Amino acid sequence: MFRTVAELLQIAETEKIPISEVMIRMEIEESGRSREDIMEQMGRNLEVMEKAVERGINENIRSRSGLTGGDAKLIQKYMESGKTLSGDTLLDAVSKAVSTNEVNAAMGKICATPTAGSAGVVPGVLFGLKPKLNPSREAMIRFLFTAGAFGFVVANNASISGAAGGCQAEVGSATGMAAAAAVEMAGGTPEQSAHAMAIALKNMLGLICDPVAGLVEVPCVMRNAMGAAQAIVAADIALAGVKSVIPCDEVIEAMHVVGRRMPTIYKETAEGGLAATPTGRRLAEKIFGSQTSSGR
Amino acid sequence: MKYRSVFDIIGPVMVGPSSSHTAGAARIGRVARHLFGTLPDKVTIYLYGSFAKTYKGHGTDIALVGGLLDFDTFDDRIVKALTLAEEMGMEVTFHEEAVEMEHPNTARLVLEKGDEKLEVVGVSIGGGKIEITELNGYTLRLSGNQPAIFVVHRDQYGAIAKVADVLAKHEINISYMEVSRRAKGRTALMVIETDQTVSQSICEEIKHLPGMLNVVTLD
Repeated sequence: MFRTVAELLQIAETEKIPISEVMIRMEIEESGRSREDIMEQMGRNLEVMEKAVERGINENIRSRSGLTGGDAKLIQKYMESGKTLSGDTLLDAVSKAVSTNEVNAAMGKICATPTAGSAGVVPGVLFGLKPKLNPSREAMIRFLFTAGAFGFVVANNASISGAAGGCQAEVGSATGMAAAAAVEMAGGTPEQSAHAMAIALKNMLGLICDPVAGLVEVPCVMRNAMGAAQAIVAADIALAGVKSVIPCDEVIEAMHVVGRRMPTIYKETAEGGLAATPTGRRLAEKIFGSQTSSGR
Repeated sequence: MKYRSVFDIIGPVMVGPSSSHTAGAARIGRVARHLFGTLPDKVTIYLYGSFAKTYKGHGTDIALVGGLLDFDTFDDRIVKALTLAEEMGMEVTFHEEAVEMEHPNTARLVLEKGDEKLEVVGVSIGGGKIEITELNGYTLRLSGNQPAIFVVHRDQYGAIAKVADVLAKHEINISYMEVSRRAKGRTALMVIETDQTVSQSICEEIKHLPGMLNVVTLD
């Protein structure tokens, strides 16, 4: 079993196998389940992700609070105009990340990656890159194992909980995971995956968790959107051969320390940041005011 | 290590919106239901910390009840759990508690049916993973970093040996174990923490041993 990114890379390099394969073999060993069984479960997770992406783009999604919904459709429609600044691949990924989080906010079915609040980034990047890279179904399943391998290291050495480490632990982790997985799917090396993860996570350090009214909606949906964009750019930077000066494990450790020292008002308590803005407070009062009066 | 499977990271599949406040809550409810073994007539739920403050927005209440109805995190019926509970004759009341608990996402569930009663305290630690910290007033000293199983069984001689035997056969090492019972000769509970993951098939094997009523894993 690997505990660090360095160990993960070492196994991949000595065995001459991709990161996804290291993760699959560890899962077989740890769980005692067969390869087929494990691949099938990940395949089912992939299908849940695809359905959520499709729902957000095609249906009229609105959350119970009314705070979010419909933005994925808006971005897709804008893409049809052919006048986008950042290009179709990037915006497609962004819209699919938004789509997933909008479905999540509306109590729809999603796959947590690594959490529900950060569930948009990984599928957003995966389905956003699909038209360009044309991956096989197996390559898409492997994308999820690679993302999972990096998330696994973060979860065990730092945190993937906004309440414990702020948004950097959720959307930050997801962005790093997606960047690393995008590198492997595009044909990069395990080392490049680690650099992509490090570059992505470095730019998420310090990101606070400040949900308006305590709900997984504002700013979560847009944070996922930008996470997807950053993941793809980080993957490109690493694929170009750029290396992160600070090694991936040290970036993860830095994120852990920053999270621990982060004031609790910035850790999912809805007491700081955007949640504490005049608009944030007004919305919270409006939503919870009406829910309390109708409550039990 | 707290997380031992890739599916803790890519997963669970769940109805939104929050892995800690919705999926974790559903899992706490479901573990409580499995430990109780049957649909309770009455459930009293005490919510602490962040659960108490934001449960309505996250559907924590709905998810806990969904879990009590034996719905998994991905079961669409969770959304209608409150109505379904009423239809199935399970009475649920919620209490928001002001007491500070060690972890912000904590719930205490009291399940009742006739003279049977079970009290469970569950904590949602992130990404949908949960820990059970208290059972029937007993504090569990589970490390939370190891896989754990709960075995509900008839209180009779040899039960512990039989379970230990199956685990030994599969080369699973017990790192910590607790046994408790409500009354002599009735139902008893084993809480076992292990070094290796106990697979579903091993749980099934234990469940089919004589005198075993239920086996619940904390994955």
